[in-house]
Amino acid sequence: MAAHAQDKYYLPHGTNWPILGSIALFTLFIGVSVLLNGSSTGQWPLLAGLLLLVYMMFRWFGQVIGESEGGQYNLQVDRSFRMGMGWFIFSEVMFFAVFFSALFYARQLSLPWLGGQGADVWTNLLIWPGFENEWPSNGPANVGGDFESMPAWGIPALNTAILLSSGVTLTIAHHALKANRRGQVALWLAATFLLGFLFIGLQAYEYAHAFTELNLTLRSGIYGTTFFMLTGFHGLHVTIGAIMLTVIWLRVLRGHFTPDRHFAFEGVAWYWHFVDVVWLGLFIFVYWL
Amino acid sequence: MSATTHAHDHSHDHDHGPPKGLMRWVTTTNHKDIGTLYLLFALVMLFVGGGMALVIRAELFEPGIQFVNPDFFNQMTTIHALIMVFGMIMPAFAGFANWMIPMMIGSPDMALPRLNNWSFWLLPFAGTMLLATIFMPGGGPAAGWTLYPPLSLQGGNSFPFTIFSIHLLGVSSIMASINIIVTIMNMRAPGMTLMKMPLFVWTWLITAYLLIGAMPVLAGGVTMLLTDQFFGTSFFLAAGGGDPVLFQHIFWFFGHPEVYIIILPAFGIISQIIPTFSRKPLFGYDSMVYATASIGFLSYIVWAHHMFTVGMPLAGEMFFMLSTMLIAIPTGVKIFNWLSTMWQGSLTFETPMLFAVGFLFMFSIGGFTGLMMAVAPVDFQYHDTYFIVAHFHYVLVPGALFAALGGAYYWLPKWTGHMYDETLGKWHFWLSTIFVNLLFFPQHFLGLAGMPRRIPDYATQFADWNMWSSIGGFGFGLSQLLFVWVVIKCARGGARATDKVWDQPNGLEWTVPSPAPYHTFERAPEVR
Repeated sequence: MAAHAQDKYYLPHGTNWPILGSIALFTLFIGVSVLLNGSSTGQWPLLAGLLLLVYMMFRWFGQVIGESEGGQYNLQVDRSFRMGMGWFIFSEVMFFAVFFSALFYARQLSLPWLGGQGADVWTNLLIWPGFENEWPSNGPANVGGDFESMPAWGIPALNTAILLSSGVTLTIAHHALKANRRGQVALWLAATFLLGFLFIGLQAYEYAHAFTELNLTLRSGIYGTTFFMLTGFHGLHVTIGAIMLTVIWLRVLRGHFTPDRHFAFEGVAWYWHFVDVVWLGLFIFVYWL
Repeated sequence: MSATTHAHDHSHDHDHGPPKGLMRWVTTTNHKDIGTLYLLFALVMLFVGGGMALVIRAELFEPGIQFVNPDFFNQMTTIHALIMVFGMIMPAFAGFANWMIPMMIGSPDMALPRLNNWSFWLLPFAGTMLLATIFMPGGGPAAGWTLYPPLSLQGGNSFPFTIFSIHLLGVSSIMASINIIVTIMNMRAPGMTLMKMPLFVWTWLITAYLLIGAMPVLAGGVTMLLTDQFFGTSFFLAAGGGDPVLFQHIFWFFGHPEVYIIILPAFGIISQIIPTFSRKPLFGYDSMVYATASIGFLSYIVWAHHMFTVGMPLAGEMFFMLSTMLIAIPTGVKIFNWLSTMWQGSLTFETPMLFAVGFLFMFSIGGFTGLMMAVAPVDFQYHDTYFIVAHFHYVLVPGALFAALGGAYYWLPKWTGHMYDETLGKWHFWLSTIFVNLLFFPQHFLGLAGMPRRIPDYATQFADWNMWSSIGGFGFGLSQLLFVWVVIKCARGGARATDKVWDQPNGLEWTVPSPAPYHTFERAPEVR
């Protein structure tokens, strides 16, 4: 039987999870839209959609893990998963690229234009007289009021060290898995996601600091906008990544994965390194320069 | 636990028929079922979006306000475009991809069958959300499908629903594209090297790559609209240091690859049809592949030709003008390769071939008007006039849609096991061709004479051509009912189709029975 499964591409016959996922997202987005339109009744569809989505993901992933551990996936299926994860990460790269582009556009083009650079001198003289382009900026109208920017060499530098170390601990865990030293895998994996959650905690502390002491919010013009949208989406991805690492850790404790078959471990590792690289971009362009 | 799943699966291996009832379609993981769902969804949306187009054409039949108020008219132009792009033509080609790619490369199914189901089943929900906006307080989105701020931020309650429906459509496209790339890269039969793949597979490979690169950018852009509207961000607010023009850059960085996302699969279908009815192999296969790849690359560096009049630096105007013109080279390679395929071939003109030849002529017209608008100084004259409306409808309707219709006729016998009604098919082609030209050709004149797009009323000197255009519109819309009838007739009966269906078709899909069995190529075929 096992031999039969190995030479054949695994094709599932029917699945209930996608339709549940669609209903969940549909309900969730209706809830959010109603909330945004100013009616608190939106919280109920939001909550229902979220619960259904979590349930769906739990069951769908659970089924795939069961099939994987049951030996139904041959090497070709494994390769499909790898390629799929790679292209998914590429789509995420493009998603972050657009927010980075907004930052570069504001700093290199729109703010200099508003400041009257080159042929745009009349924009400045007639519409925004007296505005001087300098970074950080909340625009010629001083949107959101005076604020202080976030310095790079405090918590952000610490967070950089934390994320980079978590990449190292994850790699140690991977080597341990290949060498079949399972105690070490669990240990270093735990270190990785704990560093991840530590990062998120420090990030939350930094946000609170920005809101209460620096008067820096999403509403602080283009600086606050790009700062919070970029670090916010990154923080969301770190959270997702840390949750995925935790799941992988629990699977390791249950005895899943073998030294040569552990796609889920590697897929999550790729994802973790990806959020790591995005952070380096953030540290350089959002905090430092 | 795993043993029971296993036994369950094993019994299915011997039972090759699909399960019965509605839940078959909801829970299916079969690429042919999902392909059929995509195609039927696209057909329904063709009439939904087409109905909106007819509201527009009815209102424009005569000067003055006749049937709808201007705000509703604007909703119609906006939702018509969103439905036709995201709900009709992209799902139609995704349907072809689902049905044909596994059969063309000798694979048992798509690589990720459950994900495939989700890619489709997000669409009806996203479509419902988008269409429901029409009935909300303040009406649906009315700022045009490009959603330019600040205008798009001035709508009613429908705004977040519109944004989220675009997110859902994007998620669906990205998942479908990942699936298609993985299928093509990982599921080919032994011997099916990349340079032996049918051109339809090649064009979809590049399309899927474009989709994964472009859709997240749109998702990011509309997310910025949402946060600007509800959370006080300043992405598109000059007072806060942002710039509304930034949105246009983001939108068209997505929007121009999107143009090729729509037309490349059409090129693929045409490249399958023309050799079959010329009874010759495709001329210049390698150059077709390279031309497709070049178009894919160029599509990422031409976006600002959609915004020549926005006030760009001169260097920007020059760069985007010249890079845009470069696209004419690979596109010309394709057109001449198709012509050379037909040259000295034993041509016959069954319905698919008629649509393919119609595509060649009329897509070229749309291509040439595209070149005209690529010239930045000239574009200043006809930017945002009916000239651009005529241009993109020529490439989308007698271009992309004709390719989809031709592909449907070409593969219907393989899908249903019956030949379609050739006489009705030819009627469908000729009526469509005559009316589509009556519909869109006069719009060139209107645009050059200065009639702006997206207006419900116009100066009286534009009256005559608008009337002709509206007559063409209703004629074209009604002609498509004929297609529905041909499809229904073909699905229910008709002359038995042979395995080969056509005289000398090329490709693995013609080696399996007609209709294609529920599971094909469970054992990979040998490709020489």
